[in-house]
Amino acid sequence: MRLVITNARVIDPTQKLDQVTNLYIARGRIAGTGNEAPEGFTPDQEIDGTGKWILPGLIDLQARLGEPGSHYAGSIASETQAAVAGGITSICCPPDTSPVNDSQAVTELLQRRARQAATAFVMPIGALTQALKGERLSGIYSLKQAGCVALSQANNPIQNSLTLKNALEYTVSHDMVVMLRSENKQLKNDGVAHSGPVSTRLGLPEISPSAETTALARDLILVEEAGIRAHFSQLSCARSIEMIAEAKKRGLPVTCDVAIHQLHLTEMDVLGFNSLFHVSPPFRSMQDKQALLMGLKTGVIDAVVSDHTPLEKDDKLLPFGESIPGISGLETLLPLLLKLVQEYDLDLMTAIRSVTESPAKILGLKTGSLEKNQPADLCILDPEGFWTLDPQEMVSEGKNTPFKGWEFVGKVEQTFFQGRPVYRNPNL
Amino acid sequence: MSSRLSSPNIQLNELGKLHHFLTLEGLKQHHLVEILDTAESFINPNTNEIKKVPVLRGKSIMNLFFEPSTRTRTTFEIAEKRLSADVSSLDIQTSATKKGESLLDTLWNLQAMQANMFVIRHAQSGAAQFFAQHVAPDVHVLNAGDGQHAHPTQAMLDMFTIRKHKGDIFDLKIAIVGDLLHSRVVRSQIQALSILEAREIRVVGPKTLMPESPEALGVHVYHDMEEGIKGVDVIIMVRLQNERMTSALIPSEKEFFKLYGLTEARLALAKPDAIVMHPGPINRGVEIDSAVADGPQSVILEQVTYGIAVRMAVMSIIMSNAAQLTQYKTEQASLELDENSTLKVNLEEK
Amino acid sequence: MTELNINVDTLIEEICAQLQQKTILSQSPKMIGIRTGGEWVAQKLHEKLAFSDPLGVIDISFYRDDFSKIGLNPTTKPSDIPWEVDDQHIILVDDVLFTGRTTRAALNEIFDYGRPASVTLVTLLDRKGCRELPFQADIVGMSLECNKTIKVTGPEPLKVTIVDPATLNSKEEIA
Repeated sequence: MRLVITNARVIDPTQKLDQVTNLYIARGRIAGTGNEAPEGFTPDQEIDGTGKWILPGLIDLQARLGEPGSHYAGSIASETQAAVAGGITSICCPPDTSPVNDSQAVTELLQRRARQAATAFVMPIGALTQALKGERLSGIYSLKQAGCVALSQANNPIQNSLTLKNALEYTVSHDMVVMLRSENKQLKNDGVAHSGPVSTRLGLPEISPSAETTALARDLILVEEAGIRAHFSQLSCARSIEMIAEAKKRGLPVTCDVAIHQLHLTEMDVLGFNSLFHVSPPFRSMQDKQALLMGLKTGVIDAVVSDHTPLEKDDKLLPFGESIPGISGLETLLPLLLKLVQEYDLDLMTAIRSVTESPAKILGLKTGSLEKNQPADLCILDPEGFWTLDPQEMVSEGKNTPFKGWEFVGKVEQTFFQGRPVYRNPNL
Repeated sequence: MSSRLSSPNIQLNELGKLHHFLTLEGLKQHHLVEILDTAESFINPNTNEIKKVPVLRGKSIMNLFFEPSTRTRTTFEIAEKRLSADVSSLDIQTSATKKGESLLDTLWNLQAMQANMFVIRHAQSGAAQFFAQHVAPDVHVLNAGDGQHAHPTQAMLDMFTIRKHKGDIFDLKIAIVGDLLHSRVVRSQIQALSILEAREIRVVGPKTLMPESPEALGVHVYHDMEEGIKGVDVIIMVRLQNERMTSALIPSEKEFFKLYGLTEARLALAKPDAIVMHPGPINRGVEIDSAVADGPQSVILEQVTYGIAVRMAVMSIIMSNAAQLTQYKTEQASLELDENSTLKVNLEEK
Repeated sequence: MTELNINVDTLIEEICAQLQQKTILSQSPKMIGIRTGGEWVAQKLHEKLAFSDPLGVIDISFYRDDFSKIGLNPTTKPSDIPWEVDDQHIILVDDVLFTGRTTRAALNEIFDYGRPASVTLVTLLDRKGCRELPFQADIVGMSLECNKTIKVTGPEPLKVTIVDPATLNSKEEIA
């Protein structure tokens, strides 16, 4: 199908493009941008993009898709639907499925289910160790062959330093990026909230920032020694950002991301014991949040993720400390990012880059772009569209979001995946 | 938009009176004073015994202890029976599963048995509030201790004890010695003392037993015992639990006693008429010397009696407020009816 | 609006005279006043009759039968009976006897302290014909019609105010 979207503001960080122009799609790929159609192009369909923006389909480096296994809500079908409702067309799925994705079989299952859903591109992240236990290595080569784009331990960081060192050294030869969540389990000490005035008042078991920073320090050194490309996931402390900046200055091939909700909420939001605000890593202090935002503005933080964790209602209907941490965040990744642009002085190009060009680069891919011949993965946004979040109206099966009632400016109208429309906003 | 801005005080009913008793946070001085004053009425001034009164006859109170505690549960049972209420108690062992169904379903099944009030003790901070948010509107929840968060009745009986001996909490200097980090009792005591405008609240103990930001509670932290209890009017010793030794928070009971144990020599540093309190059970030779625990300045044994009276006070106040709210609503409803019928009359006259 | 000249002191004298006729007076009776009005009346009687044992005071808030409707009185104070109730002859004093429910509550409370040998009920004023329970006073200062509402203020001076509901005005005080 040949499609032209006319007169829209096309924003593409990979081409440093921000221009009102036309965009042409043919045979599932971008045929070009510009006021003149490419040679021999006659559209079957024309969409008037006046007043709208076109963004590359977002790439989310961390989103759980509910299967295989039943400890998360939803399925690949439902959650990829949720993704495209949020303008996201490529999703990295962490290995904490059930069974754990430490084998070719599970990787292929994920890809098969994704192909059946045919809604978005699912990129499995393989488990670095078997069953994520942090002891024996997974079959790294098989995982790579099967199509894993990266390796990680999800939320089960390897505690034993020797094991981590060996795992990194082994992986180097396979040229795969390792995503590491830095957390020292003993320092975490079964805490559930950031150690600060709120945890003090509420008597919630505390998590000191040192749980993250000491682990990060160790991880950075081991990463440097192994010479591996490492990506640090979901950082939450100001000090962590300093350490990454330092590492980058020394020339280490490291990148990092932050969960979008960490850029909006702090420990103060935990004050009512509302388990919708229970996340891991926890919401930290205002100073930490400001450091994260600054890190994003200056490029120390490369990418922003949703850390999508769809949960059943019962998993949150518990006292704070017993509830499962996590937010159903696919549909609020882009809106919350745009809010930072609108209200917190984040540069638009930087914001879009953090969910398109940068994640692609981190994975060593060339996607996240609207360049000619790229797959036509894109979303059309109404930048003035005003809406309020109602969890019950969310597409995801997980309704666990603390952003209920938040007002947003900027509405995804349509999303295309490989040139096919896969989402149309029902409230148009 | 964030949770803290949007939650009204779930403990108070529409008339601003106590409906649940979950924590002292968010309560005003008059709420606390009402409890203390009402508690007086339950004590026979001549014998110091707790009276039995028929006030809650026909009301049903259920004690749900998810965290076992014979002492506290027995105290509550005695208080409830002294109010002539129907009492039942359940010791519920929390199962390993974390499914919401079992917790809330347990509650809803119990509610079907027509309890007017649940007294709940649970290992999770915030559990009492969680229950309060899910009970029917005419059911009341009383927090008997939730995780490390709050133990409001204990704090109130401690305030009652102080008031008995010192007249008023206003302008007093109090030192609380021991484990603040893990203690819901201390958190609640600090809140009570704040609301009642104590002049100075000191917390004394090793750094490992202090939370990250004690200033957030409005207390002065002392790591030196001698400095900490100098010139205070009240000393509250808090129990040191065994688990603290195993996680390298303090080396041993012996060392704790050397540094923080309340001996007669240390007691002499406080005001000469200072009183010594302990929520119990006491560890002799760990927090406190036997000589002091049994000495003339110790009011530890009285705290038990007062505990029953204070709990009786909280329960009767809550039930009383519920009765008055119902009465108020009935009156409002009939006023509206009157207005409507007046309106009708006017229309007819036209 | 208001009517009757009620001289409280005269009533007190009357009651004392009647009490002196009773045999229990020679049996070391103990006096209990019902808070608050009954307590004030009892204080006057207690002084006039020069009882040696201290005056007992009971607050019936926890014994009322209308708790489910009106809850607790915010000014509840502890009851104080500073002697053993068992085998005592008790003189129970109230200011106004109306429906009889206060008396019922007071008796219940006294019996929770012990088993008295006898209870003699004394009331300053009796609103005749208003009884809802079968109680009558042994000694009455003065009887009134049921439809008058009475307000007692004190302790010094001890005054009785009568409110006539027909006129919807309260304020007359008569000493």
